[in-house]
Amino acid sequence: MSAVTTREQVFAWLEDVKDPEVPVLSVVELGVVRDATVSDDGSVAVTITPTYSGCPAMRVIEESIRDALLLRGAPRVTVATVFSPAWTTDWMPETARAKLEAYGIAPPGAVDPVGDLVPLQRAGTGPRCPFCKSPRTTRRSDFGSTACKALWVCEECTQPFEQFKAI
Amino acid sequence: MRASHPALAPALLRIADDRLILGHRTSEWCGHAPILEEDIALANIALDLIGQATLVLQHAGAVERAGRNEDALAFFRDATDFRNALLCELPRGDFGVTIVRHFFHGLYSVLQWDALARSTDQTLAGIAAKALKESRYHVRHAGEWVIRLGDGTEESHRRAQEAVDALWPYTGELFMQPADEADLVAAGTTADVSLLAGPWRAQVDDVLRRATLRAPSDPWMQRGGRDGRHTEHLGHLLAEMQIVARSHPGAQW
Repeated sequence: MSAVTTREQVFAWLEDVKDPEVPVLSVVELGVVRDATVSDDGSVAVTITPTYSGCPAMRVIEESIRDALLLRGAPRVTVATVFSPAWTTDWMPETARAKLEAYGIAPPGAVDPVGDLVPLQRAGTGPRCPFCKSPRTTRRSDFGSTACKALWVCEECTQPFEQFKAI
Repeated sequence: MRASHPALAPALLRIADDRLILGHRTSEWCGHAPILEEDIALANIALDLIGQATLVLQHAGAVERAGRNEDALAFFRDATDFRNALLCELPRGDFGVTIVRHFFHGLYSVLQWDALARSTDQTLAGIAAKALKESRYHVRHAGEWVIRLGDGTEESHRRAQEAVDALWPYTGELFMQPADEADLVAAGTTADVSLLAGPWRAQVDDVLRRATLRAPSDPWMQRGGRDGRHTEHLGHLLAEMQIVARSHPGAQW
């Protein structure tokens, strides 16, 4: 391969770098990769944004991106973190949502930015069960096994499942 | 890089230390919460808070330009150098105290991050916009629990009211605007926390009413944390939080 690549090629390569906690999604689909620029000498500068402030996967993601691009022949790779605009699950494309559901994780609903702070009675409906597709699901916990997920249970097939939190 | 205002680093420490100390305090519940779902919830909230603290401490270290990174600021400062509000360092108490404190501080955090998201300091504004989403999620969780506990059984109501009464005198400090931040507020870098007191009280009153709880009428408020005058509880917390880093400085794993 030639030493100098393109931004599009970098994004295509990064499709192979998966989220370590949700290995069905790439860091591009997740919305973590914000930008990439390629210099004349072929070195690549990638900009990423964290999902959650305390997400322990971010350092692994940063290293995986660097390793993947060095392996592809980039002579130098820098990964910088930006916070603005703040990451949101609204960026997740339909294709990624379908992958999540097929993997057994319900995709996030739309973010409600102006809702009541303490609603108690929550508006809207919960996710359908990613296994039997039943709409009869109950939230078990607002929080789950990782910072980005909540815990639900299906009343139809009794299967517990996780949902990507809308944030 | 242009030298920043000498009050900026201390102001950032006030923001970061609240989340670091409350986050560490909350992590004490890991493996001990009354039900598994709350164990997971509290561990997740602790993780978010410590993550927020990390980002603000990184920024404080960069602004201060004294060669201290976020780890040095978290693990190698003594109690008198911490600037968290006293509310954050009080012992974890029972589940009622834990939830009421998260509600009180979470609501303050939502208002403060919302104001800081408009900061003229772009780094701080970016961190705040991100943290705001997390804090909204936390306060919804805590607020719903306040209503469940307050309007629940006789026992849960009694304990929730005791938590409100015990924590109330520590809420005033959140809204005492530090004098040395006047320039920063004027420049739009930090937010005047005294302006957040009204909106905070309105939201608190709404939730307490729905929870059949009442706010104490005594207006006297404790203070000291923002100036480095702490309760004895902070020293014990720091001993546990800092022991590994201080015993093995520079350790890598």
